[in-house]
Amino acid sequence: MTVRERLREKISAAFYRHGLLCASYPVPIILFTSASILACCYPLLRLPLPGTGPVEFTTRVRDYTVPSHEPQGDLGERPDWYRGPPVAYIQQVLVKAAVSPWDSTLVPVDVFRSPLGRVFSLLEEIRNHVHNDGSGVRSLEALCLQVTDLLPGLRRMQTVLPEHGCLLVSPGNYWQNQRELFDSDPDLLKTVHQHEPKGLHTSATLRDLLFGVPVKHTGVSLYSRKRVVTYTITMVLGSYDARFLSSLRARLRQLHPSVNCSLREDHMVHVHFKEEIGMAELIPLVTTYIILFAYIYFSTRKIDMVKSKWGLALAAVVTVLSSLLMSVGLCTLFGLTPTLNGGEIFPYLVVVIGLENVLVLTKSVVSTPVDLEVKLRIAQGLSNESWSIMKNMATELCIILIGYFTLVPAIQEFCLFAVVGLVSDFFLQMFFFTTVLSIDIRRMELADLNRRLPAEAGMPPPKPGPLRPREAPPPPRPSPYTITLQTPAFRNLRLPKRLRVVYFLARTRLAQRFIMVGTVIWIGILAYTDPAGLRTYLAAQVSEQSPLGEGGAGGLPPHLGVASVFPGPGGDPASTLSVLPAPAEPTPLPENQSQGHHGAPREGVPHQAQAPPLVPQISWGAEDEEGWRRLSFRHWPSLFSYYNITLAKRYISILPVIPVTLHLSPREAIETRHPQDTRHPPPPSLKTNDLPADLTLYKVAALGLAAGVLLVLLLFCLYRVLCPRNYGQNGVAHGRRRRGDLPCDDYGYSPPISEISPLLLRGHSMDIECLASDGMLLASCCLAGQIRVWDAQTGDCLTVIPKHGLRRSSSSGCWEQRDGGRVFDEDEGYPLRRRTTPRPALFEDQPDLTPLIDTNFDSQPPSHLLLTPPRDGFDFGGLVERAYLEHEPPSPGLTASYPSPSPPSGPPPQRRRSLGYIQPPVPQGQGTPDWESAVWAMELRGNLIAAGRSSGKLELWDAVEGSLRCSNEDGVSGITALAFLNNRIVAARLDGSLDFFTVDINKPLGLLQYRGDNIPPSPCYSSEDVISCQLTRSVQCAHQKPITVLNTHTHTYQVSQCGGQDGAICLWDVLTGSRVSHVYGHRGDVTSLVCTTSCVISSGLDDLICIWDRSTGIKLYSIQQEVGCGASLGVISESLLVTGGQGCVSFWDLNFGDLLQTVYLGQSSDGQGVRQLVVLNNAAIVCDFGSELSLVYVPSVLEKLD
Amino acid sequence: MPRLEEHCWRRSCTSRVESKNYYRENWVASKAEEMMSIITSVLSNVYGSLHSVQTANLIRRGLVLFTVGVFLALVLNLLQVQRNVTLFPEEVMATLFSSAWWIPPCCGTAAAVVGLLYPCIDSHLGEPHKFKREWASVMRCIAVFVGINHASAKLDFANNVQLSLTLAALSLGLWWTFDRSRSGFGLGIGTAFLATVITQLLVYNGVYQYTYPDFLYVRSWLPCIFFSGGVTAGNIGRQLAMVSPVLGFREFEMAEILS
Repeated sequence: MTVRERLREKISAAFYRHGLLCASYPVPIILFTSASILACCYPLLRLPLPGTGPVEFTTRVRDYTVPSHEPQGDLGERPDWYRGPPVAYIQQVLVKAAVSPWDSTLVPVDVFRSPLGRVFSLLEEIRNHVHNDGSGVRSLEALCLQVTDLLPGLRRMQTVLPEHGCLLVSPGNYWQNQRELFDSDPDLLKTVHQHEPKGLHTSATLRDLLFGVPVKHTGVSLYSRKRVVTYTITMVLGSYDARFLSSLRARLRQLHPSVNCSLREDHMVHVHFKEEIGMAELIPLVTTYIILFAYIYFSTRKIDMVKSKWGLALAAVVTVLSSLLMSVGLCTLFGLTPTLNGGEIFPYLVVVIGLENVLVLTKSVVSTPVDLEVKLRIAQGLSNESWSIMKNMATELCIILIGYFTLVPAIQEFCLFAVVGLVSDFFLQMFFFTTVLSIDIRRMELADLNRRLPAEAGMPPPKPGPLRPREAPPPPRPSPYTITLQTPAFRNLRLPKRLRVVYFLARTRLAQRFIMVGTVIWIGILAYTDPAGLRTYLAAQVSEQSPLGEGGAGGLPPHLGVASVFPGPGGDPASTLSVLPAPAEPTPLPENQSQGHHGAPREGVPHQAQAPPLVPQISWGAEDEEGWRRLSFRHWPSLFSYYNITLAKRYISILPVIPVTLHLSPREAIETRHPQDTRHPPPPSLKTNDLPADLTLYKVAALGLAAGVLLVLLLFCLYRVLCPRNYGQNGVAHGRRRRGDLPCDDYGYSPPISEISPLLLRGHSMDIECLASDGMLLASCCLAGQIRVWDAQTGDCLTVIPKHGLRRSSSSGCWEQRDGGRVFDEDEGYPLRRRTTPRPALFEDQPDLTPLIDTNFDSQPPSHLLLTPPRDGFDFGGLVERAYLEHEPPSPGLTASYPSPSPPSGPPPQRRRSLGYIQPPVPQGQGTPDWESAVWAMELRGNLIAAGRSSGKLELWDAVEGSLRCSNEDGVSGITALAFLNNRIVAARLDGSLDFFTVDINKPLGLLQYRGDNIPPSPCYSSEDVISCQLTRSVQCAHQKPITVLNTHTHTYQVSQCGGQDGAICLWDVLTGSRVSHVYGHRGDVTSLVCTTSCVISSGLDDLICIWDRSTGIKLYSIQQEVGCGASLGVISESLLVTGGQGCVSFWDLNFGDLLQTVYLGQSSDGQGVRQLVVLNNAAIVCDFGSELSLVYVPSVLEKLD
Repeated sequence: MPRLEEHCWRRSCTSRVESKNYYRENWVASKAEEMMSIITSVLSNVYGSLHSVQTANLIRRGLVLFTVGVFLALVLNLLQVQRNVTLFPEEVMATLFSSAWWIPPCCGTAAAVVGLLYPCIDSHLGEPHKFKREWASVMRCIAVFVGINHASAKLDFANNVQLSLTLAALSLGLWWTFDRSRSGFGLGIGTAFLATVITQLLVYNGVYQYTYPDFLYVRSWLPCIFFSGGVTAGNIGRQLAMVSPVLGFREFEMAEILS
């Protein structure tokens, strides 16, 4: 025993114990796991929330020093990004200017023309300011941030933004900082507006950049309320010099004192910008996430055969996600701060950790024997997969370790996370997922129990009587167990994958949910990142209405103030008209003097009386202190990005603003006026005034709403087109692939193989030839001609109907009863037989065939049939010899008479209806003329056994009493197949004809009585009833060659199918006896035929199983089996097909053609093929093994498949 | 330092060439014969399949692969562009779609060719690829491929040798994790070599250029990317070839009509 094996055993044993533990105490373990997850995730609370919003940190100006690069010990509350010098210092000079007192002779343009004009002198002042102290002379040129070219894509801004020099931004940039250009500009607003981008823009515009305050607050508009113009001169400094800045501040304050200014000037704010997520970064990110979701989808789709697929899939995803969270939490706990972008590496981490182990565990557990206890199943499943799980994990750890030695910091960090994630994932798999799985399995078992109980209570199931009035179609037989696949409506169609996807979408209302979730997320993102400036808008609204920010100092209530700012419509022409006389009296009025006497009476508006043309009051409020806060948070990044400087993951320091108050006299305003200024249209009314301010918001809202409605409509239409309401009802289904020849299906999953020991029914001495069942009883007939009736539930032999005339044979061993069945000896059996109608002479078989053929000549074209008789029925010579060569006789007693095919020991040819079987009549007819003909076909319904003999005789036996009830000798050609259909019997004959018999009983009451109460063994008709059977219709030459199988199905149509040796399958209407359709699918004989409500399954000598659509006759798909398999078929439920193989039975999913499971019947699978297979009601399968019958209870198998 | 490296490289090369000189002719001849036979059989197979129902299937697979290739090329190109330009969504989109419009179609075509070649060669070698044949694994493979690109675009490596070595290890890991077939390895190497040569030619002739060429006009990690791309495309192609219907085209068509 090598070390490896010992290790393997140890691991396996450990996993086994662990599985037992998990399954025994599910709830405590889940609680423990959740607690540990939460504990490990706790450090995550300290991490900042991911996002793109900038982060601020405030320090005092006075003792400010540039932070060093090295992290210091006493960080305190200092954030970790606050290291090293900032990208830039930003010094803003906030200018508030107003023409005061306001004169009614002034035109609206005057509000901002002269205040803006003062920017040039201010700029001059700032540029020329020189601070001179002992250490040297400093000017702005030396301190400011020198910028180079604009980015190539920004040529249109070249005239406006500074290049090759100081980054100094002010409204003067619109006019290249030249007063002359400003003075000669006829329309300032147009100049400002022409640089605005078209359309809606939510991010920082050029106007914002140059004015440094939001557009609303600049006051540069014809409809300004306060008549105060606000703008900033923004200096971007590359290095910090406190003395220069303070001297500049002092100088400006001295020049333009701000009287009532009480701004705090002792704090500077450092703003750290996160990595910007642009379109370019978003697309790869979204792609990786899409791939991740596809991976998760394809992985969890493989979870199968459990109670709740979705629950387990969710558990798997939760396992992986929480292991990731745990890894991040643990890493932060031990001092490693994540520097990687979490959102970016997350998909890769998930992919590295993977969902494979979880799926392997599930597969392994669900494929353990289902009759075990849940605990043991979990333990077994775990220990089965323990080695591979450990191996995988070791491999992955090795790979990651190799990655760790690449010595690239990012990869190292990734590897560290991955290692911790893998370990925690393993922990969670072992504790969390295993426990969830055990709970799921237990639930499934409970569900099975619940489902099986009523079925067993109602056992045995009601038997449909064979004799039933034709008018009453039989109700669908209630089956005690139902094998319901999870969504039968969809799974019973073998749909194209494309449609299945669409149906899946439709079924789960995925589209709507996605829209809903998407909308919620979108709104969340909007609120979070605030790209539209919603927050600033709200803040502005609030500050505007608050008394603090109210500029109107006249003590007017806000609403009155608003009303009074704008002159009424009537007054406007007057004010423009009065422009001309205005210059005549340029003397500025005293500030507090009311000017309303002229205007108010003229307008006749009562408000105006109290609202004189205001003296624009310049006030400084708290919101001016940090006016940059009202800007978009992309303001600074976009300004810097124009010069290809990124602020991502860096910070800038914003110095306290320098307030500058400018009061301009009306005369100055008039002097700076451009001739065209007076031509401006009069300010429109109040109502229209309000509009432009809020228009953007309305536009956004309207467009968003329209887009949303359009999207919903579009998706709705798509939904309608793709998913008609009656989906799933269409009976036509088509397969697209044949998977039978693959050793494993395309999930890489090979179906499980298990073994059960069947209940063996012994009693026949020779190979079993025919097998029939109706759920309760089981009738079998061996080559010796003996018919045995068994109880299908217990396996007891109830009745033995011996072969007629067997007493003359010398086979003594035939009658040994090896089980507890009733013993019939020849004496008992013979009188029973003697009571029946006298049988025809035994030698009639051969001679009678010829006249039959002759009659056929009458009804058919003779040229066609001239060839058939010798080929089909009578050219036996060579065949007989071949049969003798092929089959050695099984018992000496029968050698002379029976060329018995397929002795139990030798490898059987697996062909039930091979030509060798057809010949028994020949030696009979020739050698022993006094023997009975052989039973070729048998059918059991109620307690009637219909046996078709090689002599062409149809016999009806009582299954319980073993007495012959009726016989019909209308045909002479051997009956090769029989089928019961209510009170009709369809018999197929050797010559290819099809006979329809009607069974009449004179006491249909028995049937009713039987239907009424549920006493199981009550016969449908008592022995006193006279049963007659007559031929109602015969179809000659239904097939070109002998019919080999016959099947009926009564679900929707009264159709019987039959397959012949010519490989054709015909569908017949039982009522009319006409052929519905016929298909050719097999090369060679059709050996077996079953059907469900929607399809017909046939198997042939070519080892091919074909699945046909029943209504259209289109072949859906075919399964190629191994050589020698597939002669026997059975349908357990609508979607479960069982086929016999070499010592095993295989279960197939009929919808998909997948092999689900192979069950070996006992150890002694010595090449014995299952040639006959009957599915009973109680989920049992009866199949023959040579002379034995195997009764296999497969509920365990079936529940697995559920 | 580079000279030293070059020297070493040349020496090792020459010694290897010398030692292999004896076998080379025979080997080359046999290999060439093999390749020729493979090529002729492939061609004949293609010709034969043109007349069969398989063609539609082939075209479908090719289309899917082409789409995947175009999409991946766009996304990965974006990743590379992003490294240099930071904050201009509009500009990036403009450069992405204007500069080299022919690159995504080329990548798509290459993906289609490689993805169809893989299952084809598999079937000709007679060793069908059974290792992890499932869509989840394919998705994982694509994710790792994107991750390799991401790493090459985003991570800051000390020098180019480190970058190339890391990427080579990652690509080999990709092959080992998701493919593990000799044919896959060979084809991947072939793809990488051919694609690098083509890129080299393009760059040499000035059709296309790299911002930071570090090895004879191109980036040295390019072969690794091409190798892993080839393996990924082959993975997708194999999966598609496996899933695509074995049934005839008529049935498929009928299903289409009826559904």
